[in-house]
Amino acid sequence: MPILRTYPFIRIWHAGCSTGQEVYSMAILLEEEGLYPRCRIYATDMNEMVLKQAKSGIFSLQLMQEYTQLYLKAGGKRSFSEYYTAAYDSAIFRSSLKENIVFSQHNLATDSSFNEFNVILCRNVLIYFNKTLQKRVYELFHVSLCPFGILGLGRQETLRFTPYEAYYEELKGSEKLYRRIH
Amino acid sequence: MFKLVVIGTSLGGLSALKLLLAELPADFPAAIAVVQHRHRDSEDMMSSFLRPYIALPIKEVVDKDDLLPGTVYVAPSDYHLLVEADYFTLSTDEPVSYARPSIDVLFESAADVYGEFVIGVILTGANQDGAKGLAAIKAQGGSTIVQEPSTAESATMPEAAIATAVVDWILPLSDIAPHLTNLCQPVWK
Repeated sequence: MPILRTYPFIRIWHAGCSTGQEVYSMAILLEEEGLYPRCRIYATDMNEMVLKQAKSGIFSLQLMQEYTQLYLKAGGKRSFSEYYTAAYDSAIFRSSLKENIVFSQHNLATDSSFNEFNVILCRNVLIYFNKTLQKRVYELFHVSLCPFGILGLGRQETLRFTPYEAYYEELKGSEKLYRRIH
Repeated sequence: MFKLVVIGTSLGGLSALKLLLAELPADFPAAIAVVQHRHRDSEDMMSSFLRPYIALPIKEVVDKDDLLPGTVYVAPSDYHLLVEADYFTLSTDEPVSYARPSIDVLFESAADVYGEFVIGVILTGANQDGAKGLAAIKAQGGSTIVQEPSTAESATMPEAAIATAVVDWILPLSDIAPHLTNLCQPVWK
C-alpha cells in the first residue's frame, strides 16, 4: 500500500480472476485505504462463465459468512456487511465497489498485453500451465508491468529458476510479491 | 528400481513421519513425496519441524519443483500435490473427500506416471483418504505398504487401505523404513 500511495493513478490487473473473490477483496482494501477513486482494476479470465459470475458480484450467504471471518482476520476496518446486501440465501456486493472494475475476457495462453499496470496479481493460475506456457506468461507480465510495478504470485509459486528472475526483486515478507527492477 | 515413494497420513502422522523418515539413510536413492492432512494455514511448519530429525533434505513443494532422488517433498497445506515425469505440480482444485492436499490425488498421479517404479505407503489416520490411491498404485504395477493398524495412533486409514487395496506388506511402523531402504537399494550393491 505505501508503494501504491505514491502513484497518482493506479492500474491493477487480476489475471485469471475466476469468480472474482480476490477482485472484490482488493476493491474493499483500496476503498478502506482511500485509494479506490484513483484505481482501475482489470479483472480477466479466459472462462466466460466464471467471468459472468464475477461480474454479478453475487455469492451465497454461506460463503459470505466465511469471507466475513477472513475480512476480520485480515484487519478489515469496517463491518463487512456494509459492503453487501443480502436477500434470500445470497448476497450481492454494493455496486459502488464495481465502479472502477473492468471485467473482460483474456486468455493468458494466446492473447497479448493490453495495458501497462502498476500491479499484476496472478495467484494459483500458472500452476495449471506447463513450463513452456509459464514462460510465455512471465514474458507477457513483464511487458505489461511498468518499471517498479509489482507482480503477485501464489504462496507456492516462484519466479526463481525462470528467465525473469533477474528482472525482479522479491519484496520482504511471506507473500510472493515481486517488484520489477529491470 | 523404485524411483518414488509416496506416503500418506493424517491423524498422528507427524510423529509417525518423524520416526519413519529419521530411519532413512542419507544415501536413500529414491524421491519421497508426503501428504499429511493438516490445517490450511499451517504454512511450512511441517518441514521445519521434521528437518532436525532426518538425514535427507526436506522441503515444502513449490510449483514445478524438480523431482530429485534422495529428497523428501512435502505437499504444502491447502494445495493438492501431483507428480509429472520429472517434476511436481500443485493444484487448488476442490478438496477430495474434504482433504486438500488429498492422498488419493498424489497416489493416483504417481501411479499414472511412475507405474511399477513407485511404492505407496499408508500410515496412521482417522479417515479413508489414500485407500483408492493405493489401489491405483497396485493396479499400475507398483508396490504397497500399510502400517500395521494396531501400531497406528489411529487405525482407520490403514484399515481402509487394507480393505480396499491389495497390500504387499503390512508392517509395524518401526519396520517400514528398513524395508523401504532394502526395496530401494540399487541392484549393483
